[in-house]
Amino acid sequence: MAVAIVIALLVLGSIAFHLFSPWWLTPRASNWGSIDDALMVTLYICAVAFVVLNLFIAWSIMRYRNRPGHSAHFDPENTKLEKRLTFWTAVGIAGMLAPGLVAWHEYVTVPKDAAIVEATGQQWQWAFRFPGADGVLGSANISHITPENSFGINPRDPYGRDDVLIESNELRLPVDKPVKMVLRSKDVLHDFYVPQFRAKMDLVPGIVTYFWMTPTRTGTYEILCAELCGTGHHMMRGTVIVANERDFGSWLSEQPTFGQLMAEAETGGAQLARAVAPGANARGAR
Amino acid sequence: MATTLADDLTPLHHPKTWIGKYVWSLDHKVIAIQYSLTAIAIGLVALVLSALMRLQLGFPDTFDFIQPTQYLQYVTMHGMIMVVYLLTALLLGGFGNYLIPLMVGARDMVFPFVNMLSYWVYLLAVIVLVASFFVPGGPTGAGWTLYPPQTILEGTPGHQYGIILMLVSLALFIVGFTMGGLNYVTTVLQARCKGMTLMRMPCSVWGIFVASIMALLAFPALFVAAIMMLLDRIAGTSFFMPAIISMGKELGYEGGSPILFQHLFWFFGHPEVYIVALPAFGIVSDLISVHARKNIFGYRMMVWAIVIIGALSFFVWAHHMYVSGMNPYFGYFFATSTLIIAIPTAIKVYNWMLTLWRGDIHLRVPMLFAIGFLFSFIHGGLTGLFLGNVSVDVPLSDTFFVVGHFHMVMGVSPILVIFGAIYHWYPKITGRMWNETLGKIHFWITFLGVYAVYLPMHYLGFLGVPRRYYALGETAFIPDSVHLANQAITIAALIVFVAQMLFFWNMFWSLFRGPKADPNPWGATTLEWQTPETPPGHGNWGPKLPVVYRWAYDYSVPGAPRDFIPQNEPPADEQHRS
Repeated sequence: MAVAIVIALLVLGSIAFHLFSPWWLTPRASNWGSIDDALMVTLYICAVAFVVLNLFIAWSIMRYRNRPGHSAHFDPENTKLEKRLTFWTAVGIAGMLAPGLVAWHEYVTVPKDAAIVEATGQQWQWAFRFPGADGVLGSANISHITPENSFGINPRDPYGRDDVLIESNELRLPVDKPVKMVLRSKDVLHDFYVPQFRAKMDLVPGIVTYFWMTPTRTGTYEILCAELCGTGHHMMRGTVIVANERDFGSWLSEQPTFGQLMAEAETGGAQLARAVAPGANARGAR
Repeated sequence: MATTLADDLTPLHHPKTWIGKYVWSLDHKVIAIQYSLTAIAIGLVALVLSALMRLQLGFPDTFDFIQPTQYLQYVTMHGMIMVVYLLTALLLGGFGNYLIPLMVGARDMVFPFVNMLSYWVYLLAVIVLVASFFVPGGPTGAGWTLYPPQTILEGTPGHQYGIILMLVSLALFIVGFTMGGLNYVTTVLQARCKGMTLMRMPCSVWGIFVASIMALLAFPALFVAAIMMLLDRIAGTSFFMPAIISMGKELGYEGGSPILFQHLFWFFGHPEVYIVALPAFGIVSDLISVHARKNIFGYRMMVWAIVIIGALSFFVWAHHMYVSGMNPYFGYFFATSTLIIAIPTAIKVYNWMLTLWRGDIHLRVPMLFAIGFLFSFIHGGLTGLFLGNVSVDVPLSDTFFVVGHFHMVMGVSPILVIFGAIYHWYPKITGRMWNETLGKIHFWITFLGVYAVYLPMHYLGFLGVPRRYYALGETAFIPDSVHLANQAITIAALIVFVAQMLFFWNMFWSLFRGPKADPNPWGATTLEWQTPETPPGHGNWGPKLPVVYRWAYDYSVPGAPRDFIPQNEPPADEQHRS
């Protein structure tokens, strides 16, 4: 008896919790309204099932609890009822699967005009790369990584010379422009996750993964790593600032290109060689 | 094996010494208890780990001994122990061993010696697992999914020895399970007593039977994955390891695929969910039927649903990998197959409800747990649709929504069934009755407590709070109220934790002081309640094997003198003749 009342109360309590919960989806800052819509359709269909099923259980317990003079019916099966229930379940399932698949179709179909931005992960930090004026990222590989070339860009690939490198945890993106986020990892799995964008995808060493989105609100958002990557996992944070086209452009133009960094490294290397030479002589003189 | 099929008791090799009876025992009932006690003991370790984890999440910066390393070790070992070493071992090794021979009318498992070996290899696996707490670097902290490359690299706790012991222990577990699983399947197929057709078997046996077949097919995927990772770690192969620069050093690996491991892991891992769920489904069907004094509604549909779920569960594994970087076009297929599996699952839920409907419901402790299961399973099953529905999974994956979901559906739900089942069969296993009041208090605190723990987690997940975070730190989108919620969850979890001691006390105390139990206290039809002795002796049935005349659900049959007719009771006309 008590258990019937408690189940009914838990149903009401769950609805109340849903209505008054201070925790809900963050305000969306990307084009992925279709994901939110699919989520809401799923939620409403599931909520109806949750309420109806549990209230039926509560009512049955109340109505058919053991008491003097009460006995059970002998009721082996009812194929017609079972078929009907199967049918309506299938309808409910199809009702949530359809918007889910439509949204997924959008998610995996990258628009042709999407700008390419690369995010690279390593334990436990982010770095970013823009393709520069040619719009193509230079090829990159772990084996090219040196202290001067932390991205591992192939120095012989002409597409790589104009790539713009952001060796910090702060990324900027232009508002209202679709971007294809291309993801690489140097060591273990990571996951590029900005709750307000809704989108996320793992970074997998050895392969290049991607997802796309269009930031729709200017502002500053946090990048979290959403795939366990070791003891520093919870500290692998970054920032993405969505800015208007002009601010973004001026910021981007201030960032160094791979070609510039290589040139600097070469001259720096030459200077270093000269600086070392007198020391070597001095040692020789002793 | 004549022993299990014939009336003749002599080939059973009755034990002559105490050690032969209770330690190196060939009796399926003793092996079942050995399995269960070992699983519960290691499960208690996992329970303590979860309490430590919750202390850190609820009260960060309070416990100096919990650093990120320890936290990740708690997370990993808690998950692995609960899923494999507790739930799988207890439901199949424990309940499977105890119930199958008794419920199908056999004297023992078909291969009693292999059955004994199965337990001892399982125990060895548990000991190796526990040993990993004491090696340099401690146990692995890679998450229970053990995703490479991080699992075997610096930066992950236990990458030195912990992971090696974990993989060896898993391999041993699988070897042990295979010996048991072959027994369960063969016994169901070959050792049923006269009249026990497949479609007269109780749902419990069906659930355990199909789960055992699935486990025999799914565990090998984990086995090879464990061996391949062991080779990557020890012999320098590159099955799962691409070229990597770890902590500034280039490692010698090249060309391996981390995603290959994920496919192998989840090809095991998703059926594993149902390997745990199906025995629970079967057992709860019987609990509901017995205590509602009504046949399980739509028995044939229930059996087919178990079989269909078992088969479909091998085609849904990549729904754990929508954002893993696998080919995104797989998403369409796996979302569709995953949501289709919800249909037979929903049918099971309807039929449990329709069993209650027009029943004669006795709200005893096992029934309370069964009803608690219905609530938690409906909740956990429905939230699974969010995560199966591919695009909805994108924002929710790797958040607390996932934690809330899988704990409701494959933590809380099977555990509630296990508690119900222990209360239900305890009188048969021990010959004594437990304390009703303590049992009810245990139920209420556990049932309400776990909902207080897991319901809020779903909403933290909607907000985007990530899982497996040692600390949330200062994060703009996470308001202070989340920290408050984490404290409340921790307090609720600790209350549930303490309430479990009531259960242990009740079981322990009743073993010595509980009143003598009736051989069939619930008025159940199935064979295990019709044994000549309680607890049943070695060989189960005395001189003569039972003969079955009817299905397992003759409750409240119109015109019958009592509200149940045991399976081995001959039809009225046959009684007349004899």
